[in-house]
Amino acid sequence: MAELKTDHLVLNMGPQHPSTHGVLRLEVVLDGEVVIDVIPHIGYLHRCFEKHCEAMTYPMVIPYTDRMDYLASMYMNFGYVEAVEKLMNIEIPERVKYIRVIMGELQRIASHLVAIGTFGIDIGAFTPFLYCFRDRERILDLFEMTCGARLLYNYMWIGGLSHDLPPMFIPELKSFLKDFRKNIKELNDLLSYNKIFIERTANIGILPADTAINYGCTGPVLRGSGVNWDLRKNDPYSIYDRFDFEVCVGKGEIGTVGDCWNRYMVRVREMEQSCLIIEQAIEQLPEGDVTSAIPKRVKPPVGEIYFRVESPKGELGYHIISDGTVNPFRVKVRAPSFVNLQILPVISKGYLVADIIANLGSLDIVLGEIDR
Amino acid sequence: MTTTEILEILKEKFSVEQFEIQSNIGGEILIVPSNVLLDLCFFLRDDERLAFDSLMNLSGVDLADGEKKKLEDGSFEIVGGHLATYYHLHSFKHNHKLTLKVLLPRENPVVPSVERVWRSADWHEREAYDLFGIVFEGHHNLKRILLPDDWDGYPLRKDYKVQEFYQGMKVPY
Amino acid sequence: MISDQLAEILGNKIIAYLITAAIPLFLFLVPYALYAVYAERKVSAFMQDRIGPNRVGPKGLLQTIADILKLIQKEDIIPKSADKPIFVMAPYVVFMGTFAAFAAIPFSSVFIGSNINLGVFYIMAVSSFSVIGILMAGWAGNNKYSLYGAMRSVAQIVSYEVPALLAIVSAVMVIGTLNLNEISEMQTARFWNWWIFGGPLQGIQKFLLIVPMLVAFVIFFVASLAEVNRTPFDIPEAESELVAGFHTEYTGMKFAIFFLAEYGNMFVVSAISTAIFFGGWQSPFGYLGNSFSIPLLVPIEQVFWFLFKSLSLVLVQMWLRWTLPRLRVDQLMAVCWKYLTPYAFVNLVLIGIISLI
Repeated sequence: MAELKTDHLVLNMGPQHPSTHGVLRLEVVLDGEVVIDVIPHIGYLHRCFEKHCEAMTYPMVIPYTDRMDYLASMYMNFGYVEAVEKLMNIEIPERVKYIRVIMGELQRIASHLVAIGTFGIDIGAFTPFLYCFRDRERILDLFEMTCGARLLYNYMWIGGLSHDLPPMFIPELKSFLKDFRKNIKELNDLLSYNKIFIERTANIGILPADTAINYGCTGPVLRGSGVNWDLRKNDPYSIYDRFDFEVCVGKGEIGTVGDCWNRYMVRVREMEQSCLIIEQAIEQLPEGDVTSAIPKRVKPPVGEIYFRVESPKGELGYHIISDGTVNPFRVKVRAPSFVNLQILPVISKGYLVADIIANLGSLDIVLGEIDR
Repeated sequence: MTTTEILEILKEKFSVEQFEIQSNIGGEILIVPSNVLLDLCFFLRDDERLAFDSLMNLSGVDLADGEKKKLEDGSFEIVGGHLATYYHLHSFKHNHKLTLKVLLPRENPVVPSVERVWRSADWHEREAYDLFGIVFEGHHNLKRILLPDDWDGYPLRKDYKVQEFYQGMKVPY
Repeated sequence: MISDQLAEILGNKIIAYLITAAIPLFLFLVPYALYAVYAERKVSAFMQDRIGPNRVGPKGLLQTIADILKLIQKEDIIPKSADKPIFVMAPYVVFMGTFAAFAAIPFSSVFIGSNINLGVFYIMAVSSFSVIGILMAGWAGNNKYSLYGAMRSVAQIVSYEVPALLAIVSAVMVIGTLNLNEISEMQTARFWNWWIFGGPLQGIQKFLLIVPMLVAFVIFFVASLAEVNRTPFDIPEAESELVAGFHTEYTGMKFAIFFLAEYGNMFVVSAISTAIFFGGWQSPFGYLGNSFSIPLLVPIEQVFWFLFKSLSLVLVQMWLRWTLPRLRVDQLMAVCWKYLTPYAFVNLVLIGIISLI
């Protein structure tokens, strides 16, 4: 028989596709169901945030940072204001520091809930998604109580906060934490240890630790590969050195270290650790004024800074260059998803189409900060 | 390890006169010439004492230190001066940091690609190429990443002028 | 049977048959599908801590009717590059397989579309006809996602027919007939006479049969889930990968017909399970009509019990869908060929030995 001529099939996944988590286009080269190559195409959401910044004063940039990782806006604010404060050398009140940590960790829980829920959808389980959103809703309620916004907060200002905590905030937060612990257990029963879920995610998209480091992966992706690295612990910023918590790493009790399941499980465990941090912060929370240190005029001296924080997605870095005027000379954002997404082709080759989706879900990207 | 200490180690292999330490609020910066960058990066990564195994960030910057020329339509153009690339390195092993800065002539901004040293540089370099027009020599796929392939100009340069039309659509609004 | 009685009244066989064919469609299938969609949404809402449809009509009861009205008004888009005749035909071919299966479903002792002796065989044969329709839909849409969906779907349905049929064959071996009405009639009186509890047999044979029959039912149910493309086997439509699988390109009424066929299929497989394993239209406790001596009440009760049992199984399918994640395509095949088929064979042999005792 004459040799059959075969060819690869190129499938364009996205920009309109249910599980590319935004407007991402994946050019997938397939041999039947087997993935030969994946080429991510980004930029559909590009709005040149960095150019905008150069025309703004420093405080005016804060709402723009909200819109990068819109699922973790608080943390985007957090990183930016801490960077500018460091550049200006402002000492901020203790209460502000604690409230920032509480908000940041709540935001981490909210962001991880979305990551876990949408990962469930990617695998085909719809119900856990709504359970996650039910809990996230309560966090958003808490944020709404505090600053009036539910998604894009503009809450942390340079040198302080826009509002102090409302009186009902702490009791509401405590009752949320109490319920949330139970809900994590429920989530584990429903999804994490589900046989089919394990079949779909364990041993899929294995990312060895050295590859992860070389590709600059950070956050749960790096920790899922077994690297014990968390900026909150290893390079503490703000007041994270005052809290007692564990860094969750993928242990490989199911599947292999560095696979989708371990990346997923790191997020589940981190939510518990965040609860711990919040509880400690509530206990230590001092009284005080949250707006007293806000400078009248934000005009940092000539200089530059690269400041990084551990956002829910990974290392969020702000490289700010000041030329001594009220406008930043250059703001470059090292977006964690931007770097983490590069790993997708590496971990997807040789697996099946369905595994691309699982891999993408386990990376937990937000296109808002990739395209900026 | 501070930048000065790192410079001491670099002495063994490189002539340190070509390096310059710039003091700065957010930590010292090591200014290096572009011709030794690639060797330097390999050394920084592979030397046991340094072990900079990860490139945390790579940013392009338009220093805009050239001569500003007014154009007829009110906009301006910068002639001469420099663009720069910044490399924020970090070592997981020793938990120390280093910032490299490479100055590039504005008219011909070419710098060796460090993609072979740290794979994370891949998209960062494409981004810098996309927004500043910095050419990274040796990059395997130096294409625009955030903007469309047929976009004109490099938006993050200080003298960037928005093109009138993009594929028949009016751009400035 | 009803068709014969109607033929006597009307004096024309063809018209009578047409009417009897239309009754299940308009009296049962369409309202059933409408409310199955509604039920699915309510069930999922209940499981997910939300309210579900609650705007159109009391408790949202008219929601799906409004949806259908919307779908009818939708523009019927046929992609430019589609293979037009096949594209148009495909939904009807899919639906035909489902609808034809309704002919042999015994709703009660008097109402059965066609009381053929090969009932079980006929339903299994006819409902696999929809494979062709799915393949047509996937191919004609000229969309890569559709094609992937269709290919997966065909591979899946064809594979899962093997364990499904083996499970049925093993049951039928003891039962001794393929006529669904007779099978139902056998499992009379009380629920311990259902085949899943060993059937109306006596002595040790009945007790020995309980476990293999249960296994046969589970195999059949799992395989039938795969045949109707429900989660965890909804790989052809795998929303997160293939957008909507083989019906990606369909809009409006054609899309609705695929849905109608899917929900119809869910009912058909549940009905077969009910008829073979759960006593068909038999009441589990005896009939009120008999105790109050109103003979007319008995068939109505039978319809009630049959629908009750079948719809409960449909509910189980929905429950599974909203609980479980989805398998991957290779795992799906592994489940079929490595687990279900060998177990079905073993079960077949076991039941064969038991029936010899």
